[in-house]
Amino acid sequence: MEAWVAPWLVGLPLAGALGNGLAGGRLGKRGTALVACLSVLAAFLLAVQAARGLLPAEVPAVRWVGVEWVAVGDLRVLWTLQLDRLSVLLALVVTGVGFLIHVYSVGYMADDPDYARYFTYLNLFTASMLLLVLAGNLLVLFVGWELVGLCSYLLIGFWFERPAAAAAGRKAFVVNRVGDAAFLLGLCLLFTLLGTLDFREMANLLRDGGTLRGHPGLAVAALLLFCGATGKSAQLPLYSWLPDAMEGPTPVSALIHAATMVTAGVFLVGRLWPVFEAAGQVLHWVVAPVGALTALFAATVAVVQHDLKRVLAYSTISQLGYMFLALGVQAPPAAFFHLTTHAFFKALLFLAAGSVMHALHGQIDLRRLGGVGRAMPLTFLGFVVGALSLSGIPPLAGFWSKEEILGAAYAGSPALWAAAVATAFVTAYYATRATVLAFLGPARDPSAHPHEAPPVMAWPMAVLGGLAVLGGFLGAQWVGAPFHKYLDPVFGGHGEHAADPWTAVMGVAVASAGVAVGAWVHRGGREPHLGALRGVLEGQWGLEALYDRLVVRPGRALARLLAESVDARGIDAAASTLAAAVARAGGAVRTWQTGNVRQYAAGVLAGAVVVFAYWVLR
Amino acid sequence: MTVPPQAYLVLSAALFTLGTVGVLVRRTALILFMSIELMLNAVNLAFVTLARVHGHLGGQLAVFFVLVVAAVEVVVGLSILVHIFRTRDTLDVDEIDLLRG
Repeated sequence: MEAWVAPWLVGLPLAGALGNGLAGGRLGKRGTALVACLSVLAAFLLAVQAARGLLPAEVPAVRWVGVEWVAVGDLRVLWTLQLDRLSVLLALVVTGVGFLIHVYSVGYMADDPDYARYFTYLNLFTASMLLLVLAGNLLVLFVGWELVGLCSYLLIGFWFERPAAAAAGRKAFVVNRVGDAAFLLGLCLLFTLLGTLDFREMANLLRDGGTLRGHPGLAVAALLLFCGATGKSAQLPLYSWLPDAMEGPTPVSALIHAATMVTAGVFLVGRLWPVFEAAGQVLHWVVAPVGALTALFAATVAVVQHDLKRVLAYSTISQLGYMFLALGVQAPPAAFFHLTTHAFFKALLFLAAGSVMHALHGQIDLRRLGGVGRAMPLTFLGFVVGALSLSGIPPLAGFWSKEEILGAAYAGSPALWAAAVATAFVTAYYATRATVLAFLGPARDPSAHPHEAPPVMAWPMAVLGGLAVLGGFLGAQWVGAPFHKYLDPVFGGHGEHAADPWTAVMGVAVASAGVAVGAWVHRGGREPHLGALRGVLEGQWGLEALYDRLVVRPGRALARLLAESVDARGIDAAASTLAAAVARAGGAVRTWQTGNVRQYAAGVLAGAVVVFAYWVLR
Repeated sequence: MTVPPQAYLVLSAALFTLGTVGVLVRRTALILFMSIELMLNAVNLAFVTLARVHGHLGGQLAVFFVLVVAAVEVVVGLSILVHIFRTRDTLDVDEIDLLRG
């Protein structure tokens, strides 16, 4: 395989974005859609080609080195792209799921006046995400990281005339800034320690026996980089932007805020695996507990959400927690396997939810939905497949990846495993609750007349449904676990996991119990009262109030202080006082200008006399 | 008998003073003009006198420039005066004070 594939992978969606951005108004809707979808499809085909090229066992990572970017002192950064098994896997997910969602968007956004702008952003996102995953050094990765953040902001606030959407976009941007600041610090620290930002050179330096292994600075750097990952992947404590991000168009939620961008944090840890592995106990003491805690926390909050998309958003946070848990217990292939299957079933769930919204003019409130499954059987089927896959019911895709994480957590520590199993139960419960309340039971809104999705939206759902059913067999032990074999070289043989039948049985039992309890509790569209627990869960275990008190209110108070005292009484007052003084001085001096020529002449004469006297008398 | 240069300079100063006083005390724009011409020519006289005293052509050269500028100034100034008289019906400079602050 040749290295030229890498710049083309990034360049094709970028060209699509440029084409639609500059000429979108003149292409017409059909032209815009064709440019957007075909550029991503072409990138997908290139990614498939790249993946095939890497299949022979002896093929090393392929690198494309572009122009020099930064050369300051010891710091030398090139635009390097890297095609290895990990980056190509992510590129496949991004372009594959991305293409399906582009096609779906053609139908979903058909009536939107800002069609071209939408597809420009979507293509720009695809290009940025590919830059992120293909980056050959940490600084190029950071460029992609910030670009996907920008696209996320632009797409959350796509309908910016709605105040809620504009605010959600800002919130996502600001919360991510916290993580990104830590990321940047970690990047600088890593460079100070290692003297390079190149992934390959880093791995060589940190190989077994390297002098830097276990260096405390390395642990700090890993911690800072993990902070960046928690921002992008919406983990505790920086999770709060993701539920609000649901203000964006639903295909965007599916692509950016479920399948791809939010997994960038997981990818970052995977990409910097040599660093995290050499950093001592960061994985064990920070990454794994944060992942497990986030998984359980977000799953419980999802239980009481009334907005179908917010249920799915909390579910995404929870599933990302699973991925970090897997990374934390030294099972990165499990994390990336779950990343892949999650991309399939969560995108499917979002597309099905979007189909409901599309049919009901934006109605997404579980208290007003109900019974729509009868009118939209295909969407219903898609959602059920997605929900069961999310719950981890065999033989759907989610089962295989989740069992692997449960097994790895069990090997890691009993407490992590307990949290993971509890999460599995709650996950199955809320997934069933959402399905029952939205699609079964009596129709609660008699004025609603749902209709099935048009073919352009139905086909992507069908393909994702197929992947959500069959995708798990990629990692099944009895077909040789091709997925793990593929990733083995990346993580140095961590791939073979001891399948523990006991945890698998336990997982399935808990998931089935969750589905059964959910179906029984919510039969006929019922919603239990829950009492005080509901308040706790709706308040996000008090975190919302805590953030309000710790961050939002002090921030507002500081802003008010600055606005009313410093700005109004300091800066503004200084400026207006100066202006008033100038005006008064002008008013005083203007009377000197009488318009009388003879007075002026006398003045000139007096001046001349003074000058003359000076020259004579000095 | 030759007239000493001091006499020319005293005459020049006298003419300049006359012109200055004229500018300051008279109100008719036309007279003002004549006074200014008087001042210019007083300076011219001083120039040629000193050119002769020092045996240097610079002073005579300056006189040519002053003459040219004075001619131009008269042309422009008089046409302005004609216009002012047509529109405001007066040449009293104390009444022509539209540019006061």
